Amino acid sequence: MRLYGTELSSRLMLGTAQYPSPAILAEAFRRSGAGIATVSLRREAAGGDGGAFWDLVRDLGVRILPNTAGCHSAREAVTTARMAREMFGTPWIKLEVIGHADTLQPDPWGLVEAARELCADGFEVFPYTTEDLVLAERLLDAGCGVLMPWGAPIGTGLGLSNRHGLRSLRAQFPEVPMVVDAGLGLPSQAAEAMEMGFDAVLLNTAVARAGDPAAMAEGFAKAVEAGRLGYEADPMEPRDMAAPSTPLIGRAVLA
Amino acid sequence: MKITVNGEPREIAADTLQQALDALGHGDARVATAVNEAFVPAAARAETRLAPGDRVEILAPRQGG
Repeated sequence: MRLYGTELSSRLMLGTAQYPSPAILAEAFRRSGAGIATVSLRREAAGGDGGAFWDLVRDLGVRILPNTAGCHSAREAVTTARMAREMFGTPWIKLEVIGHADTLQPDPWGLVEAARELCADGFEVFPYTTEDLVLAERLLDAGCGVLMPWGAPIGTGLGLSNRHGLRSLRAQFPEVPMVVDAGLGLPSQAAEAMEMGFDAVLLNTAVARAGDPAAMAEGFAKAVEAGRLGYEADPMEPRDMAAPSTPLIGRAVLA
Repeated sequence: MKITVNGEPREIAADTLQQALDALGHGDARVATAVNEAFVPAAARAETRLAPGDRVEILAPRQGG
């Protein structure tokens, strides 16, 4: 899988929030095989050196994808992205511009405005978006080379809440790398996204809030791999009536 | 001089953003900065003059999804 020209061996991307401990976070990453970790920027207490968490993440040995989580306007998101680029030394930014407090649904207008400004400024933008086709087109026009449609609202674990919309988005832009980001709760839901032809999944809460985060991380890794293999293997068409798989010829007559 | 740092009012003896960072004990810390909602790169902190009422944000790497 290539994202903005970078070859990645894993199709699983993992967040770094909400783990019971730093050690469990590290173990979850190890067992997930994830090649990308999402991180954020937050206010530093006076005297703080900002170092402890950064050291932990650097030791994971994965690529860093900073986010603009919590931003509710294009301006906030653009400023946060510029701060993140300096802090983490990467042009990658997971662009979140939130438009609704309860669903954390993206603000389409703010998202496009911020994406346009950041792409023009040399960022490689990973927009957290919905399955809306028109919004997707606007984001691509703005210069985005990857789309990250939601499966369901962040942190809900509901899985793929609009399968038709996601399928339609995948079919509309077959060449664009797409990552299903947010809303996944179970490995089977990740496998389903991969079977639909999405290139990767990004999750956090499903792993971090599991009773055994490291085991869940490995479960997701296997599901992502299984789903991708299923997609690449060109699945059979479903049919309504049964069709015997065992040959009828040579059947004994015992009745 | 009274400024706001990360949403809290502070009285700080500093003319520039770099001096404010030093006064707050951040020194060479791995932080990113903004003044009045605009990003200030690390290289520009020493020349960025602060005025009373300025809003300074000092951010560091944290967990994120």
